Amino acid sequence: MSEVTSSMELGIDNFVSEVVDPNTGTVYPAPERMKQFLTEVLTADRAGVDSFGVGEHHHQYFLDSAPVVILAAAAAVTERIRLRSAVTVLSADDPVRLFEQFATLDLISGGRAEMVLGRGSFTEAFPLFGLNVADYDSLFEEKLGLILQLREDVHPYWKGRHRPPLTGQGVFPRPAQAKLPMWIGVGGTPSSFVRAGVLGLPLMVGIIGGDPRKFRPLLDLYRKTGIQAGHDPATLQVGIHCFGFLGDSDQQAADDFWPGYERTMATVGRQRGLPAPRRARYDAETGKHGAFFIGNPETVAQKILDLELALGGFTRFTLQMTNSMMAPDTMLRSIELLGTEVKPRVLKARAGS
Amino acid sequence: MTATEPMRLGIIGAGKLGMTVARLAIDAGIEVVISGSGDVDRLAWTVRLLAPGVRAATTAAVAESADVVVLALPFHRFHTLDRGLLDGRIVIDAMNYWEPVDGADRAPAGGDSSATVQQWFPKARVVKTLNQLGYHALKAAWVATERVAQGVAGDDPAARTTVMALLDRLGFDSVDAGPLAAGVNLVPGSPAFGAASDASTLSSLLRAGATGAGSTAAIWPDRSLS
Repeated sequence: MSEVTSSMELGIDNFVSEVVDPNTGTVYPAPERMKQFLTEVLTADRAGVDSFGVGEHHHQYFLDSAPVVILAAAAAVTERIRLRSAVTVLSADDPVRLFEQFATLDLISGGRAEMVLGRGSFTEAFPLFGLNVADYDSLFEEKLGLILQLREDVHPYWKGRHRPPLTGQGVFPRPAQAKLPMWIGVGGTPSSFVRAGVLGLPLMVGIIGGDPRKFRPLLDLYRKTGIQAGHDPATLQVGIHCFGFLGDSDQQAADDFWPGYERTMATVGRQRGLPAPRRARYDAETGKHGAFFIGNPETVAQKILDLELALGGFTRFTLQMTNSMMAPDTMLRSIELLGTEVKPRVLKARAGS
Repeated sequence: MTATEPMRLGIIGAGKLGMTVARLAIDAGIEVVISGSGDVDRLAWTVRLLAPGVRAATTAAVAESADVVVLALPFHRFHTLDRGLLDGRIVIDAMNYWEPVDGADRAPAGGDSSATVQQWFPKARVVKTLNQLGYHALKAAWVATERVAQGVAGDDPAARTTVMALLDRLGFDSVDAGPLAAGVNLVPGSPAFGAASDASTLSSLLRAGATGAGSTAAIWPDRSLS
């Protein structure tokens, strides 16, 4: 279980959040910010980044409440990059409608669509769509079961608590890929790792702080559960998602990312009752065993390789680069470095090992 | 109960917090029994791999057999438990109300989430602690060389003393924060929340919280969406 697996994809999972122009202190107008985001995806595509995900938020500081629409626009201007939700808040949506949308995205993109399904760490979508937070778990369980069925079954028969039954009507269009990729997105909740293992679904783990090597026991739980449930170990893929940012030097990357990070933590974090961010803590997270993959390409590539060994292998690593106070060119440079500098280093080191 | 007396710790909620507390306790030589929302067999499998030595059980069995019970559920779920379940038990309320997750309609009056818990379990001896640090911070504090302190608030002095002895065995210092109502000085938005500090620093933070200095309103900004 500790052998290094054969493939490794490097990706980005960004949010379309409000961004402040660091030179003027004013917020980029929403239409401009949306264009910037599409340019981020386009830049990633051209730089050889393997995949790009967009988050889903129903919140005044974000423009990504309709992620599939954004992904469709990205699909039309890109050629190779895989496109996904990160994550789709499945509990608050209708699985049939979601499947239709992602199948359509798959057609537009020529088979480059993927879904990452999660419970979501925020429940702001619940009251918006008339759902009860108390149903958090049962909504997710039921809807996950249904969307997995829709992937296999063109004319599904289905009955549940949270949605009217399906009686064999067809669900169309069918995607371009024979089996639309569906990952489970998790945080640190143990039962989520067990669920993914039981179902044999690939697992995307979001790590937002602390030493990421501490996730090894949870990943082993996922793998052992999957094998015990009879799934082929090769299907039990793991992806890791962390904050990250690239610059031409370690110092520059850390300094470019800090102001927006501090701003976000000092506003959103404070509203959640958390203490003000400190630079010393931030620097510790960007260090050798922290959760932030921020630095020059050499530093970040080495940190990814070290973590892969420590966690018993993963096949996908994605960076959350979104920053609430950053010039677009700085962001595009970081994206470019991931594709043109980090990826070749990681692949070369793995091929040689 | 003294610090060396054998005890059985019950934990209701096998998520991030519950499993972390279970690990700390089992390593301290405390017998631990835990329950979760799913079926017991599946939880037993999880526990065997993540916290060997901890026993998985139904919530009723946890309440029945434990000397001290930790509530480690999401705040919006505790009222799904039977109101008589914890009669006479020492109950650690390790939960926090968090609007984005728990919903605005569950906001406790005056921000006093433990009062809501005590009202739901009128005959339980509720003590608020283990809520002031996130589960990452609990793990970090556990392996740190300097001991980190936790505030302890409760109306029953004997229950408070037992819980402080338990915290000591788990590797934490504790600061007596006073009656249960003073637990509002330990919740998100208070100066003490999220502070991994020693006992004397924590005492000052609790005083600052009690006088209203440096506290922030623990609310999500745009209520227009909810």
